[in-house]
Amino acid sequence: MLSLSDKLAILSDAAKYDASCASSGTDNRNSLNGKGIGSAGGMGICHSYTPDGRCISLLKILMTNFCIYDCLYCINRKSSNTPRARLKPEEIVSLTLNFYKRNYIEGLFLSSGIIRNADYTMECIIAVARTLRKVHDFRGYIHLKTIPDASKELIADAGNWADRLSINVELPKKQSLAKLAPEKNAEDIEASIQRIHQKEVEYEAAKRQKPKVKPPRFAPAGQSTQMIVGADDSNDLNILNRANTLYNSYKLRRVYYSAYSPIPEPSSDLPPIAPPLVREHRLYQADWLLRFYGFKVDEIVNESSLDLDLHCDPKMSWAMRNPDFFPIDLNQASREEMLRVPGLGVRNVDRILNIRRWHLIRLEDLQKIRISLKKILPYIELVNYHPKRAHFNSFQSIECSSRLNQMELFSAKTTAANGEL
Amino acid sequence: MKYVQNPHDLKSWIQEARDLVQAEIPPNEVEWVPSEELYLELENPTPLSDKPSIYEVPKAFLILAETVACHRNPEKWALLYCILWKLIFKDKHLLQVGLDESVRTCQVMIKQVRRDCHKMKAFVRFRALSVAENSAEKHYVSWYEPEHLIVQRMAPFFQKRFTQMRWSILTPDECMHWNGKKLFFSNGASKVDAPEGDDYENLWLTYYQNTFNAARLKVKAMQTEMPKKYWKNLPEATLIESLIEKGQAMDISRKFDAH
Ligand code: SF4
Repeated sequence: MLSLSDKLAILSDAAKYDASCASSGTDNRNSLNGKGIGSAGGMGICHSYTPDGRCISLLKILMTNFCIYDCLYCINRKSSNTPRARLKPEEIVSLTLNFYKRNYIEGLFLSSGIIRNADYTMECIIAVARTLRKVHDFRGYIHLKTIPDASKELIADAGNWADRLSINVELPKKQSLAKLAPEKNAEDIEASIQRIHQKEVEYEAAKRQKPKVKPPRFAPAGQSTQMIVGADDSNDLNILNRANTLYNSYKLRRVYYSAYSPIPEPSSDLPPIAPPLVREHRLYQADWLLRFYGFKVDEIVNESSLDLDLHCDPKMSWAMRNPDFFPIDLNQASREEMLRVPGLGVRNVDRILNIRRWHLIRLEDLQKIRISLKKILPYIELVNYHPKRAHFNSFQSIECSSRLNQMELFSAKTTAANGEL
Repeated sequence: MKYVQNPHDLKSWIQEARDLVQAEIPPNEVEWVPSEELYLELENPTPLSDKPSIYEVPKAFLILAETVACHRNPEKWALLYCILWKLIFKDKHLLQVGLDESVRTCQVMIKQVRRDCHKMKAFVRFRALSVAENSAEKHYVSWYEPEHLIVQRMAPFFQKRFTQMRWSILTPDECMHWNGKKLFFSNGASKVDAPEGDDYENLWLTYYQNTFNAARLKVKAMQTEMPKKYWKNLPEATLIESLIEKGQAMDISRKFDAH
């Protein structure tokens, strides 16, 4: 008989390959008028960090790691002989509540291997969330993994209890999924993502009508997904195109990129070594450019350069390929143009726009708001500063080669679950 | 030079500052001193002038002052007075432009206070005590050492989150207690006043250990978010060293070779 601690060890170990641990972006709520505990909303809280640089925000576990599928990249696949365990619903409920009461976590992220069939598995997962909400009036964060192929009704029910739902697309290319996860099907996965999106749209529409009776809640923190990087031969263009489609068609909140981590007893169809973690880091940066900086995929990677430059961040890399775009006059440029300047982030661009309302920007102003001049000077123009083009060109190469040495040190703050760049 | 005793909260500072402004004493003629250094009795109270006492102060200033007042550095009072003075007599847009030296110092302080608040939400750890022998009711007690004076500021967060629990957060500055209905504050405590150990702590350590992926060691990234100064009150931090060793022992061939 496995003890609770043994089971927890097995099932948290089995769940750690999911990168998401976010607890942000759900509706604001607290327990003041409730019978239980919990609050949520706003930016989410990371309660601890492990030495892999990832944050712990949620109790991230599998209900069980028994699985009838045989996805080659997964440690829980049917054919692996990893130790197995299964937690009872009441054990998961009690772990969640007791961890929460000690302020270890923001809530629960529950996933599971497939047992019996998709619907049965989904029902078991939902039962845990329902008990937390209905019996214990738990108002913390709940993220449920949605089992692809689970029925429409079950997905609607899951969204009623969960803040966030997610289905992993796993691999960027359909063919790779067919090869590495024979029981899974890229079309079915996408159909499930589409169904969740549909429910979100309906929920938003129902809310807008301001009905007297509140419409049943549906996953206020939206849905996310994860792609494994480096387990197949997909290039970064494949990956970013896929991500871009998911963002555009289904309004996903986040796409997580998880560098393939070699699992014990890997299949021979898998690469023996992991991809460099810096690739994952560059993908997150590119993802950020797509979502917040107005970049298009083909400005970042395209048919003539299929992969991101590991030595240089994608924004700098774009700047080097487009020298004619610069210098940018910070007193004239639009927000979008300024966002293209390497070293100028969203926050600083907004600060500059604000100062511009009062007076013309001078070099001293940039110093005062502590922008790294060294980084941005080659790209900008000010009333009292005009760069020389030659300087611009030589500067870039120095910048990029000096980054080479910092590679090991790159801050994984960006790739940590909250994903801020 | 006018010597003023450091106020102990924002409310008394506002009182003091109002008198000073009314007497038109500029910031460079005021010295804010800790009470224990105040040898000179305040035999010369600020003369009250008969000018109208209404000065327009933007709301943004009060919001800023509320956060700055939580900073541990006592120079905050002089800084705030300096800004107040400029707002009233020099430039009422001072805060919006945001380029003034004292405003920027305040912004740095605000950032530090906010970060400290966020970390307190994250790193407080409760331990459960039975209220009485054989009683199922628990009292959740935490020992925490915030960097700034944020206990009162953080009270609503814990109150709204752990409403149906009885809890206490003990800190060196002051302690707060919630009995499910009311909030109390008491004087500062020390670590020995807090309980040791808890039934769930081992399970939490089990979780921490197993959710760690030894194949991707990034100690620096961990430390930027969870600096060492917090480790002493985090039960899971006792595992960090052994986990790092485990990570280092794993195959290092996967390290990215830049050349
Ligand atoms: S379905 Fe595939 S990925 Fe999910 S637990 Fe089973 S084997 Fe692993």
